[in-house]
Amino acid sequence: MSAVAPDPTTPPTSWLPDREAREKLRKRRGVRDAVSRYGVGSSGIGVIIALGLIFVYLFYETLPLLAPVGVDVQGGYPLPGGDDAAETLHLTLDRYQQIGARFTGSGRIVFFDAETGGVRSELQVPLGDAERITAFGRSESRRSLFVYGLSDGSVLPLKVNYRQTFVAGVRQIEPALSYPLGEQPIRIGPESATADGYTALAVVEGRGGYVVSGGTESGALAMALFSTRTNMMTGEAVVTRQDFRLPSIQRPVRQVLVNESLRNLFAIDDRGQLFSFDIVDRNNPQLIEQVDLLGTGVRVTAAEFLVGYRSMIVGGSDGSVSQWFLVRDEATGRQEMTRIRNFRSHDAAVTYIEPEYSRKGFLTGDDSGTVAVHYATSSVTLKTLSVSDGPVERLAIAPTNARALVKPANSDRLEVLALDNPHPQTSLSGLWGKVWYEGRGEPAYVWQSSSADDAFEAKLSLVPLSIGTLKAAFFAMLLATPLAVMGAIYTAYFMSAPMRKIVKPSIELMEALPTVILGFLAGIWLAPYVENNLPILISGAVLIPSSILLAGFAFSRLPGQIRNRIPPGWEAAMLVPVVVLAGWLVVTTSPWIEVTFFDGSMRQWLTDVGIPYDQRNALIVGMAMGFAVIPTIFSIAEDAVFNVPKHLTQGSLALGATPWQTVMGVVLLTASPGIFSAIMIGFGRAVGETMIVLMASGNSPIVNFSIFEGMRTLAANIAVELPETAVGSTHFRVLFLSALVLLFFTFVLNTAAEMVRQRLRQRYASL
Amino acid sequence: MRQWWNSGSPWIWLNGGAVAISMIMVFGLLALILARGFGTFWPHAVLETRYSAPGTEPTRVIGELRRSETLTAQVMRDAGVVIPQDQTLVIRHLIKTGNRDLTGRDFVYFLDDFLEEWRYPENVTVLERREWGDFYGEPLRLLEHDRVIAQGADLWPEFMARVKRSNRIFEEIRAIERGAIGDINFAMERVRLDRRRAELRNSLTPDQQQALDARRAELDAQYAVQKQRLDSLYADVRRDAIVMRAASDQEVTIRLADIVKAWQPNNMSIPAKVAQYAGNFFDFIFGYPREANTEGGIFPAIFGTVTMVLVMSIMVAPFGVLAAIYLREYARQGPLLRAIRISVYNLAGVPSIVFGVFGLGFFVYFVGGGIDRMFYPEALPAPTFGTPGLFWASLTLALLTLPVVIVSTEEGLARIPSTIRQGSLALGATKGETLWKVVVPLATPAMMTGLILAIARAAGEVAPLMLVGVVKLAPTLPIDGNFPFVHLERKIMHLGFHIYDVGFQSPNAEAAEALVYATALILVLLIVLLNLSAITIRNRLRERYRSESD
Repeated sequence: MSAVAPDPTTPPTSWLPDREAREKLRKRRGVRDAVSRYGVGSSGIGVIIALGLIFVYLFYETLPLLAPVGVDVQGGYPLPGGDDAAETLHLTLDRYQQIGARFTGSGRIVFFDAETGGVRSELQVPLGDAERITAFGRSESRRSLFVYGLSDGSVLPLKVNYRQTFVAGVRQIEPALSYPLGEQPIRIGPESATADGYTALAVVEGRGGYVVSGGTESGALAMALFSTRTNMMTGEAVVTRQDFRLPSIQRPVRQVLVNESLRNLFAIDDRGQLFSFDIVDRNNPQLIEQVDLLGTGVRVTAAEFLVGYRSMIVGGSDGSVSQWFLVRDEATGRQEMTRIRNFRSHDAAVTYIEPEYSRKGFLTGDDSGTVAVHYATSSVTLKTLSVSDGPVERLAIAPTNARALVKPANSDRLEVLALDNPHPQTSLSGLWGKVWYEGRGEPAYVWQSSSADDAFEAKLSLVPLSIGTLKAAFFAMLLATPLAVMGAIYTAYFMSAPMRKIVKPSIELMEALPTVILGFLAGIWLAPYVENNLPILISGAVLIPSSILLAGFAFSRLPGQIRNRIPPGWEAAMLVPVVVLAGWLVVTTSPWIEVTFFDGSMRQWLTDVGIPYDQRNALIVGMAMGFAVIPTIFSIAEDAVFNVPKHLTQGSLALGATPWQTVMGVVLLTASPGIFSAIMIGFGRAVGETMIVLMASGNSPIVNFSIFEGMRTLAANIAVELPETAVGSTHFRVLFLSALVLLFFTFVLNTAAEMVRQRLRQRYASL
Repeated sequence: MRQWWNSGSPWIWLNGGAVAISMIMVFGLLALILARGFGTFWPHAVLETRYSAPGTEPTRVIGELRRSETLTAQVMRDAGVVIPQDQTLVIRHLIKTGNRDLTGRDFVYFLDDFLEEWRYPENVTVLERREWGDFYGEPLRLLEHDRVIAQGADLWPEFMARVKRSNRIFEEIRAIERGAIGDINFAMERVRLDRRRAELRNSLTPDQQQALDARRAELDAQYAVQKQRLDSLYADVRRDAIVMRAASDQEVTIRLADIVKAWQPNNMSIPAKVAQYAGNFFDFIFGYPREANTEGGIFPAIFGTVTMVLVMSIMVAPFGVLAAIYLREYARQGPLLRAIRISVYNLAGVPSIVFGVFGLGFFVYFVGGGIDRMFYPEALPAPTFGTPGLFWASLTLALLTLPVVIVSTEEGLARIPSTIRQGSLALGATKGETLWKVVVPLATPAMMTGLILAIARAAGEVAPLMLVGVVKLAPTLPIDGNFPFVHLERKIMHLGFHIYDVGFQSPNAEAAEALVYATALILVLLIVLLNLSAITIRNRLRERYRSESD
């Protein structure tokens, strides 16, 4: 230490700053220290919170899927247009759930404010000379198409339109009526049968025009197709009519249902018998079956199609609610009306069924004033609620599924229900169980989320995606595990140090390769190549290992002089040309193997044997993803093996064990937890890999474990569908759920692996 | 034999074989990408031959051989190709015949048995066009305003000179369209937004209105000037055309305005080919994509990737480092901290798509939607930040790579010998001073390593970007000359996504393949480079502390 030399020219004062300055400096340093402490602390904690937010947010987005359905009586008001004593034929709500409409038995339609019940306008339906309305029929709710049946046997279809205008930025909705077939009531079927008017009616707007059908007390059925053509010159609509000849069912008709495709007509009689007609041939409709829907003695008190006209909900006098649709019988090839599922029964007879506008849900009301909310696809009754003392006469649900109206039979009031039911489809069984979807022959696991229109039944089973994920990961691990673990053992234990210095970074570099490149090569180069040269799979699996063994054996037979010149630990380097040669042999012999053993085309041979082959399949994914996973497993397993304390192996060798016996008996035993955790981490990576699967798997969500077929994984599914889906929809949230599943799965897997490794590290330290 | 078997040597050999196979896979893959990627730009020789399959008219074929493969005759028969019964193997060649506008397809398979001898005539010309892909044929006449001005021997030099001219004009057109007119459009949009904002706030004064109107009128006038310039340039560029004879002996007139490049590969010396190669490579790196990304360059993708990675680095570096310092230096060590540390490390193993989902839901819809409502109400309903874009992509990737930086920095901090720290404290430095003046500077290389690894990971990541801001074709670059210069809300193009999109979503897969290999090559080079530098820094660092702690 050099002392400070005193300066002769100045008086010998202290070189230290004075007290005040020191105090100041100390304070400043203290402040700086505190700033550093709290600054670092807050940003550190902030980062940790931000990372934790991922869990919280994903959970927050999926939570609404689990939220219970809310149905409450919001209030009520006197029946709008209540001065009209006639019964209520029908109730509807418009798509902004602002305007309600009540169709009365006297042909009036009362539009009212759905909040307050105040009447906004009234429209009178021109009933002509008829005295009264005998029947009322409707189309799907979303079509807003209705038909009146009059006492003189004529019918009058009409549509309710809500015209939307914006006045100074405020939405104004004006209801109006239109008559697609003219304002004059018209007749369907023969006149004689309908002297007293129809007892049941149905109307649909199908391909080719409007179809009105009806049934009478005597069992006669009538149906006519009205096609309208607008004259280009005059703008005049010309209606042509075509009658269907339908046989009588000989019993009073209580309900008539026609589907929009104009393939089937169903009539239900007063005993609960359903008559199913095939009406594809208009001139010769045929009764194809008669079904006793609910058993003897039980009447059908309500029946309605769900949106899309595929399934029918049937309510019985015993309170039962069930879903039916046509299922093709494999043996006979006939379409048979089949009971698909039951919903929770009401205590009293079901009086009315109101399907939702855009989903497969519906409301039911019963004789004791109870209303229930059901959802068909997930096969659940979400909520039951007692609304009034008397029977429920009519129900209406808004297209938003957020408000419903209930008209009890014995009161002059309307009850308003507030519904909170955004995600009815995602029950546990709906997401993970087999579901019998409309139009399918049997229950199945299906993922098919995209929809062209509202009538599409979204199929949101996570089973095909989970199976696909596991399948892809399994085949990847099948390739990667042996290669990586064996490679790791060799690299860590046998390989010479200079070679290890090259090999380890190379394989770690492999980990950094973007998976999009692996996926692209797998999809564009590997998949077509393997398809054209399938025999390489077999010959490669046989030839490459055997050539390695052969090379090893040949080396051991070499004269010692040559053998000793090569230091131990270079086997792998010597094997590179051997493997390349074997690989070349495999590739060039491929066509000859194909010609010799597989009639010239192995792909065709596979198909003939009954194994379907997709070009982009699990094998390709396995190879590409195996490639991506090898470095992960390799690097961790290599660490585990390399860090096995040297005195253990030296002890084993000193006792006379061969190197391989030492590996099996000592090294592997000690390092096995590390290798195991390496495999777990590799598996976690394979499960979450997106791009490779997206590009090399074909992305079809099928449920099987065939190595020659594709799959769709959770991760790839998210990548494909999330950008397209509507924010906040069930589909959107289910995709978030699958992301959450992935997050939890890999997180748990990695944490377990990490803990195993930490344990191992401690053990090594204590050994 | 038995003794050899019992000694366990076969297993050692098999284990060695596993390493050999892994190494062959790594280097084979790199070699494949390098060969195909670099091979794309070489002006390959163009062959001419006749193809006479049984039952069809013999046709003349001109094109580049893309690849050849051997298949069994049975496979071809199953595919509906007529093969003589006695034949077992078939060699087929995929030849790029170009001329998609004439024949409908530019890649055709030909069976070797029906091809005549291959010739390489010198006057076969390849034209790279702006539309319809490449054209192969022989030049016949050069036209100016439909008047023949050159043919025969003096055609080629004259033609090349005029191609150069038309390309120069084309560059000028593009500069106007992208530069001047782009700026005018940007300014016009700004005027519209200013007006709308004032309207929403009810603060639109007549003065302001007048100013906006004046500005708008001025921009319209500017636009008219530019438009006029463009029109005259367009008229000028349409002057010349060349008449070519295609393989089918059909004569085709091609405007020089549609030609990007022309060359006669069979007539080129090696240096000329190398020059052509360098030009092609340059155009690929600095050019803009054409024809639904299947032709042209990838400059916007490179630019987008680099910009995104830079923005990400700005965010991830300080926060990652601070979090690591907190975890290592300030936080109380205990079971809770251990759990947090393991969790943070494990986030590195969480699938990247999960981060993408989080980014889309939280950043884009939740935060971005909020920003739009608060700060950009004038643009609504068109979202500004409430839609995927550069900033959200960078932020998502920053989150994704945080664990990488944290792990690496912590490792670096842990490696610093405690004696150094204690020395500093013993001299009276506060904890903060020790940290910032002694420990952190020593750990900088570790932080650099972490950042480089993070960048390498981010550059190669595609899955989350598909959700949070990458598009197949971005109309504008995220950085330009308009205030505020860096447009964080813009969508970007990305090399990795480009590979996915062009390779799998493009209608003309064969044509796109070469370009995808080349793009993959650029991406691999970028990432290998980044990783190698990270590894080098890490190794140096280890050496340094090994010596210091000894």
